[in-house]
Amino acid sequence: MTDKQAMTNKTVTNEGKSVWVKVLDDTVNWVDERFPLTSNIKAHLTEYYAPKNFNFWYFFGSLSLLVLVLQIVTGIFLTMHYKPDAELAFASVEYIMRDVPWGWLIRYMHSTGASMFFLVIYMHMFRGIIYGSYRNPRELIWLFGVGIFLCLMGEAFFGYLLPWGQMSYWGAQVIVNLFSAIPFIGPDVSEWLRGDYLVSDATLNRFFAFHVIALPFVLVGLVAAHLIALHEVGSNNPDGVEIKKLKDKKTGIPLDGIPFHPYYTVKDIVAVVVFLMVFSAIIFFAPEMGGYFLEANNFVPANPLVTPVHIAPVWYFTPYYSILRAVPPFPGIGLLGIPPSLFPGVAAMGLSVMMFALLPWLDKSPVKSIRYRGTLYKKWLAAFVVSFVVLGYLGTEPSNVWGQFGAWLGNAERATVVARIFTIIYFAFFILMPWYTKKDKTSAVPERVTG
Amino acid sequence: MKTNNIMKKVLFVLAFLPMLTFAGEGLHLDKAPIDVSNQQSLQRGARTFVNSCLNCHSANYMRYNRLLEIGLTEQQIKDNLLFAGDKVGDTMKVALNKADAKKWFGVAPPDLSVEVRARGADWVYTYLRSFYRDDTSASGWGNCVFDPLSCKVSMPHALYELQGEQTLNQETHELTLTKPGKMSVAEYDALAGDLTNFMAFMAEPAKQQRNRMGWFVLLFLGVLLVLTYKLKKAYWKDIH
Repeated sequence: MTDKQAMTNKTVTNEGKSVWVKVLDDTVNWVDERFPLTSNIKAHLTEYYAPKNFNFWYFFGSLSLLVLVLQIVTGIFLTMHYKPDAELAFASVEYIMRDVPWGWLIRYMHSTGASMFFLVIYMHMFRGIIYGSYRNPRELIWLFGVGIFLCLMGEAFFGYLLPWGQMSYWGAQVIVNLFSAIPFIGPDVSEWLRGDYLVSDATLNRFFAFHVIALPFVLVGLVAAHLIALHEVGSNNPDGVEIKKLKDKKTGIPLDGIPFHPYYTVKDIVAVVVFLMVFSAIIFFAPEMGGYFLEANNFVPANPLVTPVHIAPVWYFTPYYSILRAVPPFPGIGLLGIPPSLFPGVAAMGLSVMMFALLPWLDKSPVKSIRYRGTLYKKWLAAFVVSFVVLGYLGTEPSNVWGQFGAWLGNAERATVVARIFTIIYFAFFILMPWYTKKDKTSAVPERVTG
Repeated sequence: MKTNNIMKKVLFVLAFLPMLTFAGEGLHLDKAPIDVSNQQSLQRGARTFVNSCLNCHSANYMRYNRLLEIGLTEQQIKDNLLFAGDKVGDTMKVALNKADAKKWFGVAPPDLSVEVRARGADWVYTYLRSFYRDDTSASGWGNCVFDPLSCKVSMPHALYELQGEQTLNQETHELTLTKPGKMSVAEYDALAGDLTNFMAFMAEPAKQQRNRMGWFVLLFLGVLLVLTYKLKKAYWKDIH
């Protein structure tokens, strides 16, 4: 037995230590006999070996955990003062903003946190894509992640109704109505979701329940599963090299691995501080973010009788919303009595989100990381990023934002045509992936991680 | 290691994408002279708001005692701004019944607590100065800021005695003062500016506190950044 192993296997001895250290050791020993405290701290922190070459993109995992905790804590304080009642909801939010001590800060942290959550999750997903973190053996981590993403979208959607402003109300109305487009069961499904024939007090109450109880439970469970799966197989890295293949013969520790604690805890704290600076700058100086985080129209109380001229979802939903609008409706077949339907757009929107779940099986490249892929893959990825951003921008604007083409194109709206082209590119990135990743000229992957 | 030039170019182009986006539609709004640190202006605006707006419009989320923050004393609020029977901790309610208001004006006057956040200060400032005589309108007044298509507005010009009457040139869409009021154009613009300034304060009374605090929070985080960065460097010095 080596010295090191002897150290870790022995229960802590008390010789020559101060009384406080002895009390602490005794307490830890007492707990360890009844609950695997020390072994869990080792498995997940002090003896979880992460690759030493994590870069900028690897901050967003811990940052999303930070935002999750912020959202839960601020959310708890908001529920202490918020009233889920159509008559009282809007006023209770203003009450929080004015009369609850520090209420404005809690509310802005929560509303800014929602947008920042999506920002860090999108960065985190992009990291997974460029370094092939979804590939074998990490498919399940990725699938849990897609589940988390879906949950988050649900949280954002249900939560957005709660301030009961015009955009809350009409956004919910539009999204719930989308479900009516599902053949046969659609109208019943949307009525079941609303609990009424239109968005009303009943809807507000159940959305509140989903937002504060149902989805947070699922979300936290999925995050736990995501982390357990990650710590089972180990982290990927910017080189896409499996560090567990080369271990120190004596200690069994990966040669390129370093303990998560203290190395990555101290490194992530730096990222946390930088993140908090950005977060605070928004909260204290621009909580509306020019209407992208808090929409002006949501300062008008919900009014079922007045439809806003322009209804747009919050920025993090706009790429999918653009896809929904870009796909032409099914014209119907009069002869067979099949009515026209918006279902194709709705289905495309659903698919555009679900495509991410298929990535582990679509990518046929012999390498994981973008560092060793060829230009063909990089071009496709670039096209995907451009589509995502352009679709995202177009989703915030009305479809006539760029005017119309001339008669030569049937006076089609320019923005709609552009959205259609980018929708095709968006899906092509996924659907053609087996082909272009196989054809791509990759370079040799090194044995060990680089810089 | 080969760097990802294509991705870098793409990210560079995306960073400048907002510049390429097209500007919004035509309605021109004048810049409101907003300065929530100017307590004199806020106090003048509060007086105009209570005297002229608060007869029909409520500000249900705004408490009178928040006016302490714009330099008024509790006694000044009681003597000058409170209606009989109101307490200084009350919100700015209005006696006008919603059903009656709907009968008289066609719509119930909206609550103005957060109007500036919903419409923007420039909108409110321009709106207050854009009423003109329109005998075809039910209220007797038109305002193209409220509805650029019909130029109809349900609200009569509450400040017409001060501003006077404007008329709209149907061809040039310009407003001219045809019947002067008690104030000069400059005086009325200043009054509308003060009123808008007060409404901006009222829309988010915590804003000044928020901005002030922000600097301290950022300063604290800045110091923390230096410390945490040094800590990281110290721990990582033996990792190569």
